[in-house]
Amino acid sequence: MDAESRICEALVAAIRRLPDKVERLIHQAAENETHPSGRLVLNAVEENIRVSGRTGLPLCQDTGMFWCLASVGRDSGVSIARIEDAVMKGAGRAAVDGYYRRSVVSDPVYSRKNTGTNLPPVMVYENIDGDDVILRFLLKGFGSENCSGVRMLNPTAGADGVVNAVRSIVSEAGGKPCPPIFIGVGVGGTMDRAAVLSKKAFFQNDDEELSARIRDEVNTLGIGPGGLGGDITCLDVSVLEEPTHIAGLPVAVTINCWADRMAEIVFRKGEI
Amino acid sequence: MRRELSLPYHDEDLIQIRPGDEVILSGVLYVGRDQVHKRLYEAVVKGESLPFSFQGNAIYYMGPSPAPDGFVLGAAGPTTSMRMDPFSPLLADHGLKVLVGKGPRKKEVVEAVGRNGGLYLQAYGGCGALYSSRILSAETVAYPELGPEALLKLTIRDFPVFCMIDTRGEEYIR
Repeated sequence: MDAESRICEALVAAIRRLPDKVERLIHQAAENETHPSGRLVLNAVEENIRVSGRTGLPLCQDTGMFWCLASVGRDSGVSIARIEDAVMKGAGRAAVDGYYRRSVVSDPVYSRKNTGTNLPPVMVYENIDGDDVILRFLLKGFGSENCSGVRMLNPTAGADGVVNAVRSIVSEAGGKPCPPIFIGVGVGGTMDRAAVLSKKAFFQNDDEELSARIRDEVNTLGIGPGGLGGDITCLDVSVLEEPTHIAGLPVAVTINCWADRMAEIVFRKGEI
Repeated sequence: MRRELSLPYHDEDLIQIRPGDEVILSGVLYVGRDQVHKRLYEAVVKGESLPFSFQGNAIYYMGPSPAPDGFVLGAAGPTTSMRMDPFSPLLADHGLKVLVGKGPRKKEVVEAVGRNGGLYLQAYGGCGALYSSRILSAETVAYPELGPEALLKLTIRDFPVFCMIDTRGEEYIR
């Protein structure tokens, strides 16, 4: 199968079928939530997953904006232009074949004109060792993305500062991002780099200890499923950390709704 | 408490529904989100005729994904209610007072729902496939040029929602 077809196939599936880990966490939450309203919401979520599986309808009408991290092996010999072309064609076809809602406008401030294609994607590139090219996609719904945020902390704020920053962003979001949520945290770099890390964090975790602390802290907020109250506001947290300046501690938080939709495609030996 | 509400509603049907109740909707439900609200608001302000009667009818904040062959609509879950807050009080004062969406409302909306004896009902966020399966028919009533944001009229059955604000203006407290 060519690269465009593989990308298309993965993206058509991603808005219908959640990663196994995500489904398992939702199911555990439905069994463990003690608040009756929260349980009502989780039961609806589980029923929704079953209906989507049975009918092939997308889980949610906000099928999201394509966010793509392309990790390009230094020995792959693949150009960024080739990757961009494959993603544009593959994602464009997925929007049609997969019945994506066209949720992208060309001009953010004035005309707000719909592009009609759900393109362009948001692209991020990085180099990695070896000769693979890895594409990682988030299907970013904006009920949750509108609740994401960045805090520029004091350099001495430490782990407590990071935990409090995430707590504050999640607390402000309340029931808006369709909890129970998944949280990606990017720490370090510059403001924009921390933001990228907060999305890459959905695929990789550098700090299990801090992640667990954040998850437990957020789950004391009582927001609960659907914001209707409960023990389970957050299903999982993942943290990535990178070098930063002596004067700062950037912390970015990406919030994903319970429908934590993603895709990962690996092209071995640069064959894209 | 689990309650049923048939749409269009009679005012006396609404009074028994209290914050925290699970409400099962069946009947006719209108659909409009950001641009529809802006247009309905402008029509009311200018005294123009409305594309549907506000009396007895409820509105759902939703923009569906495209319908595959053999389906009435694609996924059809609620969108964030707060974006309709600038428009909802005036529309409620003119009769559009049973509102279905997701998430918190501003104080002005809570007061307007209470003052008019309406309801604010929360649909379960992200459950687009589930809600689509409870929609029996859909027709475009107005503003087809808005695409997925057009004003629709749905027929629904067993459509589960949750009462957040009741006819007295009392709010659900978690």
